[in-house]
Amino acid sequence: MSALLSVEGLRVDYLTAGEPFTAVRDISFEIQPNEILGLAGESGCGKSTVAYALMRLHKPPALVRRGRILFEGRDVLSFSDKDLRAWRWSEVSMVFQSAMNSLSPVMTIFRQFYDMLRAHGPITKAEAQDRTAHMLEMVGIPADRMHSHPHQLSGGMRQRVALALALTLQPKLIIMDEPTTALDVVVQREILQEVLRLKDELGFSVLFITHDIALMAQISDRIGIMRAGEIVEIGTAAQIVTSPSHDYTRSLWEAMPILAKRPKGARHAV
Amino acid sequence: MLSETPILSLDNLSKTFTLRPAFGRATKVHALRNVSLDLMPGRALALVGESGSGKSTVGRMIVGHHTPTSGRILFEGQDIAELTTRADQMRYRQAVQMVFQDPFSALNPAHTIRHHLLRALSLHQPEADPETALRMILEDVELDPTSTPAKFPHELSGGQRQRVNFARALAVKARLIVADEPTSMLDVSIRKSILGLMQRLKDEHGLSLLYITHDIATAEYLAEDTAVMFRGQVVEKGPTAEVVGAPQHGYTKLLRAAVPDPELRLTGSDAGFAAEARQVRDLSAHPVRALQEVSPGHLIAEHAEAAHA
Ligand SMILES: Nc1ncnc2c1ncn2[C@@H]1O[C@H](COP(=O)(O)OP(=O)(O)O)[C@@H](O)[C@H]1O
Ligand SMILES: Nc1ncnc2c1ncn2[C@@H]1O[C@H](COP(=O)(O)OP(=O)(O)O)[C@@H](O)[C@H]1O
Ligand SMILES: [Mg+2]
Ligand SMILES: [Mg+2]
Repeated sequence: MSALLSVEGLRVDYLTAGEPFTAVRDISFEIQPNEILGLAGESGCGKSTVAYALMRLHKPPALVRRGRILFEGRDVLSFSDKDLRAWRWSEVSMVFQSAMNSLSPVMTIFRQFYDMLRAHGPITKAEAQDRTAHMLEMVGIPADRMHSHPHQLSGGMRQRVALALALTLQPKLIIMDEPTTALDVVVQREILQEVLRLKDELGFSVLFITHDIALMAQISDRIGIMRAGEIVEIGTAAQIVTSPSHDYTRSLWEAMPILAKRPKGARHAV
Repeated sequence: MLSETPILSLDNLSKTFTLRPAFGRATKVHALRNVSLDLMPGRALALVGESGSGKSTVGRMIVGHHTPTSGRILFEGQDIAELTTRADQMRYRQAVQMVFQDPFSALNPAHTIRHHLLRALSLHQPEADPETALRMILEDVELDPTSTPAKFPHELSGGQRQRVNFARALAVKARLIVADEPTSMLDVSIRKSILGLMQRLKDEHGLSLLYITHDIATAEYLAEDTAVMFRGQVVEKGPTAEVVGAPQHGYTKLLRAAVPDPELRLTGSDAGFAAEARQVRDLSAHPVRALQEVSPGHLIAEHAEAAHA
């Protein structure tokens, strides 16, 4: 099977006053079709920098210094602006930590779907409304909420809307940067199960970024552990949980208070 | 010793906020509804619940930032609304200190750590030698007593700043600390060490803690007792081993089940959790009619409408 995304020796610097700061240090990894790859590490280790660079959404002072990003074998770093506009959202999309970064506060939900749909091909307003209604219902939001502004929704609902928007053009890869970090655990669990259900239904790959490695272990197929701009270890979720080979991975596990064992077989509440 | 007097009791505490928008009608937010809790001396009580459930409102009422709409707050059996002399009010305000989520919020960026702590020491421990006391307090919170005093808040990491906030509570000889999500803005790798610090303050200095958190795994780690809030009401409370270890109320069960467990793989075909969550939220929002004691000291809420369900 050939990789959907392959990153080779990616290096990203921030050109700040004085010495450039290397936030991502020659990292390499692949994401297979239909795979969830987790990228875990403490805040400041470079996760978001990777996410933005992959979509070429990074802005100065960030600069990709070195490396290649291949999407189905195509060289993303050499895309023209026109290629990029066509590629983003239709083949790869992103959900950010705060839905307020994915959604515009001044436009209704529908307007944001409509703008994105129009940018990728001819569509009538009525068609766009049908499409928006369908996508919202798919993530468990009543279709009439499309006429709301983001601030009129709860944090959990906004994050579902951001997810629906990211799924609309049926991309092959969705980059999720701390998508549930701002949410309560119950809502987090609901949304992640929704992501898994949609993945079964539609088929896509996910780059799932979080600092919560327990959460990551619950949904990822493979996990990469990042520290100070480098991937120190990458392996299957089971391996990272049961037999981490790097000291840093072990220290991440030890740093978290974990609940005493829950009763065996209790898959969910009550 | 259950016959002991609690250091702090909340007795049927309610708080209603009235929001008056520039236009349109005023709306009421029932942030707390008949909350009763006891915190025993030298112990930690964890107050857990989702955001918006009323946890911070409880904390802010205890330290006097808000006044109750109804109900009483008793400190060592004495209603704090009845502390009329200025000296009594000062004593209470000194005895009960709050540590906030944002480790920056309570520190003045223009002043060194020495300034912050010496000020607290001179007001509350005037008899002590300030330099010796400063050194001891910094050691108590595991900060380097040599290099730390000259630093400004921005020169410390988030975890170190939070340690300074606990040091300040020690400097004023606090007896009860209300810690409102003290680790949630810190890096995962240092959270546990702050929990460890709180544990030591409790075990070695005999401080009592009201530990506010949305993370029941940390409640289990730190607190002897736990109370769970949902939409302004206490739905379950009692010994942590039971409330977190063997929860009885639907909402607590849901909360516990949702804590990420690395050994439990999530799948897309399990719609049970979401359905459960919806149902439990609806049920748990109804007024609490009574608290039922399921085992000694372990109480769960019975909701008004649930009786007909
Ligand atoms: N705009 C910027 N200018 C300079 N440095 C930055 C900028 N954005 C991020 N950094 C630095 O790059 C490193 C990685 O940041 P980031 O990718 O946001 O980490 P993470 O998402 O893992 O928390 C950090 O040390 C951060 O301070
Ligand atoms: N000063 C205030 N004015 C109006 N409403 C408030 C105020 N403080 C809190 N609330 C409301 O009270 C409820 C409980 O809030 P809070 O105690 O902050 O919850 P938590 O700390 O559990 O997240 C929320 O609905 C919140 O919006
Ligand atoms: Mg980030
Ligand atoms: Mg709060």
